[in-house]
Amino acid sequence: MKRIAQLFHLFGDYRRDLVIAALLVFVETCFELIIPTMMADLIDNGVAYADVEYMFLKGGQMALCAILALATGLTYARFAARAAYGWGANIRRAEYAGIQSYAFSNIDRYETSSLVTRLTSDVTVMQNAINNGLRPLVRAPVMCALGVFFSFTMNPELALVFLVITPLLGIVLFLIVRSVAPMYSRLQKTVDDLNGVVEENLRAVRTVKAFVRDEYEESKFEKVDKTLYHTATRTNSRAVLNLPMFQMAMYICVLCLMFFGGMMVLDGTLLVGQLTGFLSYVMQVLNSMMMLSNVFLLLTRSVASADRICQVLDEVPSLEERENPVRTVKDGGIVFDHVSFRYSEKAKENTLTDISLDIRPGSTLGILGGTGSGKSTLVQLIDRLYDVSEGRITVGGVDVRDYSLQTLRDAVAMVLQKNLLFSGTVRDNLRWGDEEADDETLWKACGMAGAAEFLHRFPAGLDTDLGQGGVNVSGGQKQRLCIARALLKKPKVLILDDSTSAVDTATEASIRNALDRLDGVTKIFIAQRISTVMGADLIAILDDGHLVATGTHDELIATSPIYQEIYRSQTKGGVL
Amino acid sequence: MPRIVSARKPRNLMYTLKRLFSYMGRHGFSLIAVALLVVISVVCNLAGTYMISPVIDSLVDGGGRQALVEGVLFTAVIYVIGVLAALGYSQIMAYASQKVVYDIRIDLFDHMQSLPLKYFDTHQHGDVMSYYTNDVDTISDALNNSFAAVIKNGIQIAGTMTMLLVLNWRLSLIVALSYIAMFMYVRHSARRSKQYYRKQQTSIGALDGYVQEMVAGQKVIKVFNHEKRNLEGFDERNAHLQAMGSAAQAYASTMIPAVVSISFLTYTIVSLCGGFMVLSDLTSLGALASYLVFVRQAAAPINQFTQQSNFLLSSLAGAERIFELVDMPQEVDEGTVTLKRTAEGWAWQDGDESIPLKGDVRFEDVTFSYEPGHPVLKNVSLYAKPGQKIAFVGSTGAGKTTMTNLINRFYDVDEGRITFDGIDVRRIRKRDLRSSLGMVLQDTHLFTGTIRENIRYGRLDATDEDVARAARIANADSFIRRLPDGYDTMVVSDGANLSSGQRQLLAIARAAVADPPVLILDEATSNIDTRTEDLIEKGMDHLMEGRTVFVIAHRLSTVRNADAIMVLEGGKIMERGDHDDLVAQRGRYYKLYTGMFELQ
Repeated sequence: MKRIAQLFHLFGDYRRDLVIAALLVFVETCFELIIPTMMADLIDNGVAYADVEYMFLKGGQMALCAILALATGLTYARFAARAAYGWGANIRRAEYAGIQSYAFSNIDRYETSSLVTRLTSDVTVMQNAINNGLRPLVRAPVMCALGVFFSFTMNPELALVFLVITPLLGIVLFLIVRSVAPMYSRLQKTVDDLNGVVEENLRAVRTVKAFVRDEYEESKFEKVDKTLYHTATRTNSRAVLNLPMFQMAMYICVLCLMFFGGMMVLDGTLLVGQLTGFLSYVMQVLNSMMMLSNVFLLLTRSVASADRICQVLDEVPSLEERENPVRTVKDGGIVFDHVSFRYSEKAKENTLTDISLDIRPGSTLGILGGTGSGKSTLVQLIDRLYDVSEGRITVGGVDVRDYSLQTLRDAVAMVLQKNLLFSGTVRDNLRWGDEEADDETLWKACGMAGAAEFLHRFPAGLDTDLGQGGVNVSGGQKQRLCIARALLKKPKVLILDDSTSAVDTATEASIRNALDRLDGVTKIFIAQRISTVMGADLIAILDDGHLVATGTHDELIATSPIYQEIYRSQTKGGVL
Repeated sequence: MPRIVSARKPRNLMYTLKRLFSYMGRHGFSLIAVALLVVISVVCNLAGTYMISPVIDSLVDGGGRQALVEGVLFTAVIYVIGVLAALGYSQIMAYASQKVVYDIRIDLFDHMQSLPLKYFDTHQHGDVMSYYTNDVDTISDALNNSFAAVIKNGIQIAGTMTMLLVLNWRLSLIVALSYIAMFMYVRHSARRSKQYYRKQQTSIGALDGYVQEMVAGQKVIKVFNHEKRNLEGFDERNAHLQAMGSAAQAYASTMIPAVVSISFLTYTIVSLCGGFMVLSDLTSLGALASYLVFVRQAAAPINQFTQQSNFLLSSLAGAERIFELVDMPQEVDEGTVTLKRTAEGWAWQDGDESIPLKGDVRFEDVTFSYEPGHPVLKNVSLYAKPGQKIAFVGSTGAGKTTMTNLINRFYDVDEGRITFDGIDVRRIRKRDLRSSLGMVLQDTHLFTGTIRENIRYGRLDATDEDVARAARIANADSFIRRLPDGYDTMVVSDGANLSSGQRQLLAIARAAVADPPVLILDEATSNIDTRTEDLIEKGMDHLMEGRTVFVIAHRLSTVRNADAIMVLEGGKIMERGDHDDLVAQRGRYYKLYTGMFELQ
């Protein structure tokens, strides 16, 4: 419920629409409620005394009320829809803006698919809660209160029946809702488990088929399916108790009223028309309670979605900019000063331990190391994609934490290991680096990155459509386009994280040559191939988060056993 | 994906209904019981309400206390039966509906397992998943909530109408007219909002796609300071969805107030006319009173009937999708040759004839295309002697993976044939064929469970010792031991806690435990460091010993050790021979080898 309150703030300007919609429902409900009293009047004072004029008066009033109820109902639809969809759009935007402000460490906590559901289906659930829940939520209490009020004014003694039955029904329905609510979240969990098994099966379908494991998979599925069956049955059989309970309460009310009301009619203290009017109030009150309990069942389901949305909203971006940050980067010199890093406070071991490195502006650094040795982490600290845990890193002599993020990231271009192109044309993608770049500039960057060669072969050139995620180009071509995109930023520091792994050696060499000519740009290469880093001014070797050796190729080949080992293994085998 | 109710309608309503009923038919007794109890509950409800009229009339006619008590008691009995019936059918339905959905899910999954690989290659996972997440869900919801409700409301409407006619046919004509008006309005408004719903679905799709892509690329966005631009793109799509959605909803939500108001208007007209009828002695006051209660009651079931049948229809659309999948042709298996384990090892059992399994594989003039008219392999012939290693080299789309897809009959050849120890693979039972072939795929897929269970996937009856031995063969043993729980370490979300190199070692172990005579290896191209690569290489070497091996090669060391290298290009074998031959030829292979060409 706290979550719902938090999301309620996101109504923003649409709160007005929501309030108006609620008011309209209120008015509409009032009209509907007056109608039965008028009907009772019409029968008891009009028909009983054959007063035609009175009958027409009351009939006219009733018709007027019905028409007014229609008008308010239709207006309500407009406002409620605006409120619900306005709210939905606001929630989505808030979530999306939140995600934009996340640091890498925040993003790492969520799977892409989970973030997407939180932005789409979960919001739809909230929207539907308004679409389907607002009307009954306003109507039910109003109908209940007014129904009770009218019945008391009509006949206080008879209304006592209400006082006994309604609270009882209320308690029973409340108990049902309360016991079912936690069951729904358990049910959701079982559904997730089942979907998990299906998803795993789909992903690994080749493995399943190759090992002829269909029956094994079927038995696995049957197990989760059975669990789901049991959980769902337990939940639903509890939830559907609503209906007979409600019917019972309603019938008891009707019976009591028939009996006591009948006695009163016999005693002459109640009129027949009043009794029927009264009966319809009973229906109204009890119906409204039923509505309420249904709405609460609906809302308990949306609480789970609200929780998931709020998690996204509550996530605190783990990087902060300091006040009055530095907005210019002097040069591309980078210094690591006793840097240690771990991904979370709780992590037992450091990912990087006590790294010190001095990279002069305009020089080239090559980084080698095994999987998990911390190479990618090391370079991501320069761009402040993560913050150091100990020590400090300076770029151009200034601590990276003192720059504005925008300034720092504009100056440091990074081609990530898992790099992506986006749907759109080649030109759209390249312009991520420089929005104003003209074709000449784009071609120049492509030339340096070795991309011009294949782009020239594409009939549409820069206008080639890449398709979602750049599926229309090969791995090596994609890497080259990503390099071109980074070059367009005209960075002071250029980092390539294993970005030429799918490019053939000849093209790679020409890219290296082109990059070497970039004066004043500090270049950092992470690579598996020793040939990629051999010519660097400085080579750093990482092992298990420690810097184990630094030096030029000649120095390392003479002194570092690890380097020697890698060199040997690669010149004998190598990668095609 | 959110699902909008009125946007989908089943195409073949009767057929789908019949199929759905056949599922319920398996629980025949419960179905009949539900129907019966629903009828009883509705009849009791109607009869109880009807009783108000004679009871009140008896008061007016001076029936006295005795008659009142009798009337009330009689009504009470009717009501008790009604409540018990409602309790009964709602509980039975809660169980039966889950059982039906359970059966449907099992059928769906089992059938899915028997579909040919082509199905999975041509359908997106998200699409297939939505059978489980959307379609089955709507069926379950509909059975739970709407099925009984539709029957109930249907009977109630019919019953109420009959009652109304019996009580006062003249007034009932007015009521009938108003029902028609309601129905027309609902239809009209549903049609209008459907157009908007469709537009809404399209804009949801657009937003979904955008979000998917951008969230996946979030890290790149950060590196390029692109957050603001990106937010603008989002805003645009978000606003469009908002406009479409609110227009659709504005129409849809007029439905209930309109129906309610029409019913009130009817109520007014009926009470006025009824009043005049009392005045002209056409009916009694008591009859009018009870009649009016019926009129009030009639609006609710109509309202619900329209709503619930909408739900039911949308769930039938889901059911239809499911049945379409279940009706899809299964992977055919006309093979008769089986694989037997004999004292001397494996043997093919072809009728009475027993042929020892050697691992001799031949492609004879094989032509194949995924789509008609676009051949991927053209007249390919090759010959692998038992124990030989054949390496496939070539760029993406050259047909390397296709070759391996054909050997284990993920797909069948269009022309020519593939033989295994002289037997056409199409004559071999698929399960046996595939069991005789070990596969190590480029992307290793791990399942939720322990490391041990994942290795055991290769042979379900493998002992712990077999698993450990396989892991040693694959060179995976040492890293597994270093994991926190060793072989009992849980693999989470497809092995996210393992590096790609480690996953590949597990895949090798998995193949090793299966111990197949023929191996198909697809080397990983992903970034694996030199040391792990060394481990993998040695593991693969162990595994390959004494087996016929087809390998899609990405490493020089692999090709160097191969007995024969096939350089594929455009679906043809352009060059073949061993490493030294091919280098001497100074052809494509030589260019690849010297790095003048790029693969992938």
